[in-house]
Amino acid sequence: MNAKVLFAAASAIVLVTGCGSESDVTQYGPTPTLPKQQRGLLPAMTIADPDNWGDRKPAVPQGYSIAAIATDLKIPRQTVVLPNGDILVAEGKGGDDAPVMRPKDLIAGFIKKKGTSSVKGGDRLTLLRDANGDGTYEGRWIFAENLNAPYGLALIEDRLYVANQDELVRFEYRPGQTRASVAPVSVAPLPAEINHHWTKALAAGADGRFLYVGIGSNSNIGERGMAVEEDRAMVWQIDAQTGASRRFATGLRNPTALAVQPGTGQLWAVVNERDELGANLVPDYLTTVREGAFYGWPYAYWGANADRRVRPFKEEMVRKTVRPDYALPSHSAPLGAAFSTTAMGVRFANGVFVGMHGSWNREVPVGYKVIFVPFGNGRPSGLPIDFVTGFQGDGKTFGRPVGVTVDPRGALIVADDLSNTVWRITPTAPARPSAPPPA
Amino acid sequence: MAETEFRRHRLHPIHAVILASALPLFLGALLSDWAYSSTEVVQYVNFASWLIAGALVFAGFALVWAAIERLRTDLPSHRTGTMYLLILAATFVLGFINALVHAKDAWAVMPAGLILSFVVFILALAAVWIGFSTFRSGDAQ
Repeated sequence: MNAKVLFAAASAIVLVTGCGSESDVTQYGPTPTLPKQQRGLLPAMTIADPDNWGDRKPAVPQGYSIAAIATDLKIPRQTVVLPNGDILVAEGKGGDDAPVMRPKDLIAGFIKKKGTSSVKGGDRLTLLRDANGDGTYEGRWIFAENLNAPYGLALIEDRLYVANQDELVRFEYRPGQTRASVAPVSVAPLPAEINHHWTKALAAGADGRFLYVGIGSNSNIGERGMAVEEDRAMVWQIDAQTGASRRFATGLRNPTALAVQPGTGQLWAVVNERDELGANLVPDYLTTVREGAFYGWPYAYWGANADRRVRPFKEEMVRKTVRPDYALPSHSAPLGAAFSTTAMGVRFANGVFVGMHGSWNREVPVGYKVIFVPFGNGRPSGLPIDFVTGFQGDGKTFGRPVGVTVDPRGALIVADDLSNTVWRITPTAPARPSAPPPA
Repeated sequence: MAETEFRRHRLHPIHAVILASALPLFLGALLSDWAYSSTEVVQYVNFASWLIAGALVFAGFALVWAAIERLRTDLPSHRTGTMYLLILAATFVLGFINALVHAKDAWAVMPAGLILSFVVFILALAAVWIGFSTFRSGDAQ
């Protein structure tokens, strides 16, 4: 009899853990392989096991070098390079108000916390300065504090815009300033109820008239009900003068970084797609953000592929769904995007850098690196090239990339919210015209 | 002699309360799942998740109690006691699987969650039925 009980328990364990393997599928590019939806009894998970960098450093391609220009920050997320070369870093951690709805929320919250920094978010902006141009950022000031989980940053002439998790605010900025002289002015309130996906990405339009704010969904797939998804999972356009806001594009589950393409002025975004449909589903993506377009969440993904977990279901929304431009690996969690310039060297002159925070909800981790998506004729044109790697090793995780920013003088700035570091990658030699591609 | 055997297998009052407590919680989960499946209002499935978690706490304690009791009683052919323990074990194992199913998001719980909630409720009812009727009649000397 006891043997029977044991057997029942054992078969339950097999049932629970015996979910499918994670074979490699093509995920980069315009036509990713979309496997069938699947979900075992327990979702597959591999949480990052944090460790210190020690003597290690992230790896960069030959002809480039990397240095930590600021450490001991308080959860750095996004950065902006000011006209005089100073760097502003937004530090913070939001989303604390999301209520526990189910036993799962308690358990998942506890598990996910293990893979992140234990430092409390700074709710501030730190200014870094390299006065003599030697690559060492010897100057460091707190530019502003007592913000509410600041994330997106944008400068339009002498106005610095900061996207807090609940409000878009503005500072007057004078070149050379190391501390904001007055308290920030409110530009527009942002959707902040629950704030399951709290980060508010920000980009300034090419003509400086509008700002674009990325607002994430309040759930994975509508499991908090659709009432709390009003004004979520979309990009807002906000008039910089009046603060008037309107929906610019919708159905973007979690648009975590926005970037305006030099030359064309086209708005692009990286988006974190939905979970619990499998290790290789649904691909995250890099896409143009087209005015009025619906990108699928929650009813469909990657074009007209229905996701019937959301109820009441709306068939017409499946048909409306547009396909994004360029797939990134599922669960890789892109949180940063920046267009490059010729100052970054020939191989990396034309394209987008994407910072990938890395997966937690698949068995084999993906992401945990900064990639470069090459462009041609203003569109992504081929497979990405790894630009910064080595964030994981020996089963440990040393850092997790978030925001990436291109310094027009020829540097990539990468915020790392696990080791609380800002990294700077620069070309060491004049770019060779015919550099061989890496393996 | 027969009387003392029966007395030894009487359901302890606290065991009885623990066992009985699981039943309305499993019933509540079943009704909540039914409400979610018919209204698509997601809050019902949240209710079901908590009700199942609560029911598992009681079912788990009842199972441990019953297992210890069964081990302490060295009667090779006490069939009712064995049946009670097995049904209680099945209730707990399927109830736990049901809890995992309910950890899926939104409609991904359906229809497996509703079916499991029904099966688990029937099992819990059977456990209560056997536990109470058999043991209590044994008590009536």
